[in-house]
Amino acid sequence: MTARDLIPIAVLTLLAALLPLVVTSSPVLNFLVFMLIVALGAQGWNILGGFGGQFSFGHAAFFGTGAYVTAILQVRYGVNAWAGLVLATAAGAAVGWVIGFLSFRSGLRGSYFALVTLAFAEVFRILANAASFTGGAAGLLIKLDVRAVNLQFDDRAVFYWLVLAFVAAVLLLTRWIQRSRFGAQLVAVRENEDAAKALGVNSLTVKLRAIALSGGVTALSGCLYAQYFLYIDANIAYGSWISVELLLAPIIGGVGTVFGPVVGALTLHGLGEVAKQFAGRIPGIDLIVFGGVLVLAVAFARGGILGLLERLRDRGRGMVTRGPKEVSHAGR
Amino acid sequence: MLAVDGVSKRFGGLMAVDSATLSLQPGGIIGLIGPNGAGKTTLFSMISGFVAPTDGRIRFEGTDITAEEPHRRAERGIGRTFQIVQPFAGLTVCENIAVGAYLRHAKRADATAKARDVARRVGLGSELDRPAGGLTVAGRKRLELARALATEPKLLLLDEVLAGLNPSEIRDIIPVIRGIRDEGVTILMIEHVMQAVMNLCERVYVLAQGRMIAEGPPAVVCADARVIEAYLGHGAAARLKAEGAAHG
Repeated sequence: MTARDLIPIAVLTLLAALLPLVVTSSPVLNFLVFMLIVALGAQGWNILGGFGGQFSFGHAAFFGTGAYVTAILQVRYGVNAWAGLVLATAAGAAVGWVIGFLSFRSGLRGSYFALVTLAFAEVFRILANAASFTGGAAGLLIKLDVRAVNLQFDDRAVFYWLVLAFVAAVLLLTRWIQRSRFGAQLVAVRENEDAAKALGVNSLTVKLRAIALSGGVTALSGCLYAQYFLYIDANIAYGSWISVELLLAPIIGGVGTVFGPVVGALTLHGLGEVAKQFAGRIPGIDLIVFGGVLVLAVAFARGGILGLLERLRDRGRGMVTRGPKEVSHAGR
Repeated sequence: MLAVDGVSKRFGGLMAVDSATLSLQPGGIIGLIGPNGAGKTTLFSMISGFVAPTDGRIRFEGTDITAEEPHRRAERGIGRTFQIVQPFAGLTVCENIAVGAYLRHAKRADATAKARDVARRVGLGSELDRPAGGLTVAGRKRLELARALATEPKLLLLDEVLAGLNPSEIRDIIPVIRGIRDEGVTILMIEHVMQAVMNLCERVYVLAQGRMIAEGPPAVVCADARVIEAYLGHGAAARLKAEGAAHG
């Protein structure tokens, strides 16, 4: 990776880190933390779905696993919250590997893979709702004990910085993927699996690595969710709402790009909050906005917001450098 | 270096390839010809590992590779192109070729350098940053060739790289293929353009209805009665001979 690859990530992270110094209201910080948690999970989805082209409709399976593993370890076994965070991430990666092994080895692709992931998430949701050691339908409450050792802070800004640090780390990870052999092979598998195999790419291994990374990152976001709100139940952790959020954000922001998931999560939740301010009495107004934005993105911006910006920039440049006569060729 | 021994492939009731045998020594360009539906591409797919044979064995450099995955065979040095071109449409020409180059070069800089080098050799040097989806048919055929070459194969399987090209494009690409041979890569090519087969191949195998019916230098094989009949139908060889005698 070169400086040009790293500078945008560093600048944006620093700017975002300054926000809590300006904004101190709790609702706004709550919103920002939640938005970043969704962005982190969406980054996980983007590794598998964006770079690998394996669209998962059930990333709740990883989000929920992250949330439940850390909650159960703390509540039932008194494990330290930081250790819980590490174990939750590892558990997400392991669950990802297993789901990947079962579905990729049988050659599932496209909509079949999407349906299988959805099924896994639903099975986990029902099991978590029924079993007693997950707290059943009552859910799990992580004991409030505000100490840094317990990954609980009395200042919301600290948690914001923590989540931001993870988001930045995954931005770096994604940039590394984009610049590495693993990434090139992953994208090749997305574009044409047979051609990739003929060029010596072990597509099974590549996809398994991608789903393990993806599951780990999304589990980390689930773990942070549990740690921030200190309460989870099956419908929060394994609910289809989170699966949808995690795939909407990259699609809106720009699938298979480094910043796409973050831009998408910010746009979606920003618009959702604005809609709530103006039409707060209509329940589910933010979901209506999500749907509208998705329709717009699919119809007019297939590469998401980042893809749209790139097209506009190219068009702008074309006007300046190519002169009016050659502009007609630009569309080819 | 490659020994295909009595290999068969059955698709339901259809015997696509029926105990075909073929053996290649290192070096040179060997042709695989035959009428449409003879099983040439199926045989290629079995050599490169995309289709498992129903019967028979395939050995490469003395090792039995009959059960190996395609990517393992690529690592061993078997490269292939696809008859229906399969570009990574969303990537640039350079990125396409780099996927092949990554097989032997782990670092991005090395793989990219290798990709640029190969692109220049096949005449894609000026198209490096174009999206592969925007290439012409001739460009895509060159890209297929370049990607396979970037894996640094010992044996290169070319599946109709000349099909769909016009005569001047064929003239341009023939020296490229010859250049690859001169660097020590063994080439096995399926080809319908007979002018190119006569021009390039030292030896040809003829496959008809799944069976290997002839083998030898192109000029000899083309005069073989069985080969003529496979292409033109029963009795064609005798008719041609009679007509030749009448005109001669």
